[in-house]
Amino acid sequence: MSIKALLAGACSLFALSVAGASAETLTIATVNNGDMIRMQGLTEDFTKANPDITLQWVTLEENVLRQRVTTDIATKGGQFDVLTIGTYEVPIWAKQGWLVALDHLGADYDVDDLLPAIRSGISQDGKLYAAPFYGESSMIMYRKDLFEKAGITMPESPTWDFVADAARKLTDKASETYGICLRGKAGWGENMAFLTAMSNSFGARWFDESWKAQFDQPAWKATLDFYVDLMKDAGPPGASSNGFNENLALFNAGKCGMWIDATVAASFVTNPKESTVADKVGFALAPNTGKGKNANWLWAWNLAIPAGSQKVEAAEKFISWATSKHYTELVASKEGWANVPPGTRTSLYNNPEYQKAAPFAALTLASINSADPTHPTVDPVPYVGVQFVAIPEFQGIGTTVGQYFSAALAGQSTVDEALAQAQQYTTDEMTAAGYIK
Amino acid sequence: MARRTSPARVAVFTALGWAVGFVVFFPILWMVLTSFKTELEAFRTPPSFLFFDWTLENYAIVQARSDYLRYAMNSIVLAGGSTLAALVFAIPAAWAMAFSPTERTRGTLLWMLSTKMMPPVGVLVPMYLLFRDFSLLDTHVGLIAVLALGNLPIVIWMLYTYFKEIPRDILEASRMDGASSWKEIVFVLTPMAVPGIASTILLNVILAWNEAFWTLNLSTIKAAPLTAFIASYSSPEGLFWAKLSAASTLAIAPILVLGWFSQRQLVRGLTFGAVK
Repeated sequence: MSIKALLAGACSLFALSVAGASAETLTIATVNNGDMIRMQGLTEDFTKANPDITLQWVTLEENVLRQRVTTDIATKGGQFDVLTIGTYEVPIWAKQGWLVALDHLGADYDVDDLLPAIRSGISQDGKLYAAPFYGESSMIMYRKDLFEKAGITMPESPTWDFVADAARKLTDKASETYGICLRGKAGWGENMAFLTAMSNSFGARWFDESWKAQFDQPAWKATLDFYVDLMKDAGPPGASSNGFNENLALFNAGKCGMWIDATVAASFVTNPKESTVADKVGFALAPNTGKGKNANWLWAWNLAIPAGSQKVEAAEKFISWATSKHYTELVASKEGWANVPPGTRTSLYNNPEYQKAAPFAALTLASINSADPTHPTVDPVPYVGVQFVAIPEFQGIGTTVGQYFSAALAGQSTVDEALAQAQQYTTDEMTAAGYIK
Repeated sequence: MARRTSPARVAVFTALGWAVGFVVFFPILWMVLTSFKTELEAFRTPPSFLFFDWTLENYAIVQARSDYLRYAMNSIVLAGGSTLAALVFAIPAAWAMAFSPTERTRGTLLWMLSTKMMPPVGVLVPMYLLFRDFSLLDTHVGLIAVLALGNLPIVIWMLYTYFKEIPRDILEASRMDGASSWKEIVFVLTPMAVPGIASTILLNVILAWNEAFWTLNLSTIKAAPLTAFIASYSSPEGLFWAKLSAASTLAIAPILVLGWFSQRQLVRGLTFGAVK
């Protein structure tokens, strides 16, 4: 072998090693849901355009991910470059200085196209601290065939009284058909997400403007009385242990006349591969009591960059790609418009092809638009968040209050007892945390 | 004189044993069956036991989505490494406590066991900070150390119990023949305690294989074992029971096979010295 060949070989190896050393690897922590998994399969589009960036995925169950990511960001462990976090975490973490403001998403990103309700939930002082990957609200999913048989017509925006009457009429316990399926499993993201949104429509609130707990007010009693009575009359047995998945299984098996839950469920209940009632499902806005607020929540899974990250530029490039209009079009071209991540951009809902492919699109948009995280309740409140209170203490308080309310649903305590316990516990915790002086 | 057992009695007890065994094994059987169902079939009520359209699609999806072999290899390294590390410390410790006890031995043993009573989440943040500062996050070495230390009390207790059964006279005889402490442990004590050590190894491997708290919290990608693999298929919003069952079946398969082939040694070791 000649010296020249040897030198050429050595130079090539050097060039390769330099190229290898300059490549950046982004570690992305994400949740296990259909949209996120789909994105993992489409990343070639990103890596082709950015050959110097490679992607590594850490997919975990939501609660495991929350604990894992919170530990890492609080201790500045530096294990992740891009985080998937919810609308609950974004305002708290941004306030703590744990997130990088997303100022360089690119000229063609079109920030103004983001749905205002979603955008306001992930912004702090006018700056975006996360980019929404998909958004959801909650709405009523109901069985059109059962309604028709009972001679009832579902209005587009029903009241709670209408829903309760219809649920009682549809219930036929002998054939295991229950008028309504609602969350009962204890947890801040389980029954309390539903009950907090429901209480908003009844004019209740978690705290008044001086952070005093409000469970001793008539609006909360009206909410919980209504919920427990309705579930006793028209809910499935063992409802106090039902969360999203249990109710989804019940609805898909044809056992629920109505189900009020996340808009993301619409694609599951209308999928013939998963649902036995796929062609019989109708949609309506979450109920109200005429007080100006519907019982729907607002949630989005967002991509964010932890403060102190060494790879901010690459991470921002990836986030810009994953939450762009281009990505939406990519999914549509590969997997159809019905599989596009919903609930983040106005342009998607103006797209006739999407409107055609997703019959629930208009309802999803109306639901998201009717939830305002900065003004979630009838009376003023000092917090942000529709179905949660965006303070660090809420996870613990929300779960304990959820246990009291779940016990009331199971008949282990009365509504009055549950409310008194919730009032006492929340007051103690908020006093200890320094909110109540 | 040995008591005669009637065939009817044997049959009844055999049937009872099988019934209890079936009840205990049923959740695992159900998981395996669910892994061969479609998602729609997986939550059908009433559920179908055997008569459904068997499919391998969940295994295909799981294989396509995740690098099972990498997770499995990490589990083998972590379970094997932590067991070996625990034994290196536990055998001398148990030997000292069994054959040269002091008045504080009993208290020390109880104290070691008491560390197992603390909820691990209580020390998560300090541990995470230590791991971060020593660059041990997402490393095999770090996780092997944590798993070995976590199981050390149980390993020492088990070995201590087995060693106590070995007559002290045999060790004294070896000492009379000029064996050093090291030779006494390696050539006399260890061979005699092989059934006990084998069952300790098996139990420790199973405990390390199933450990989910530390392995999930201290690993990211490079050292992530099968517990992280399973966690990636669970979701509070979406029915992925069939896929989750396929992932779980793949995750427990190696340890199930190991347990199946070594059950005789495991039972022998666990009951060693229990009946005199």
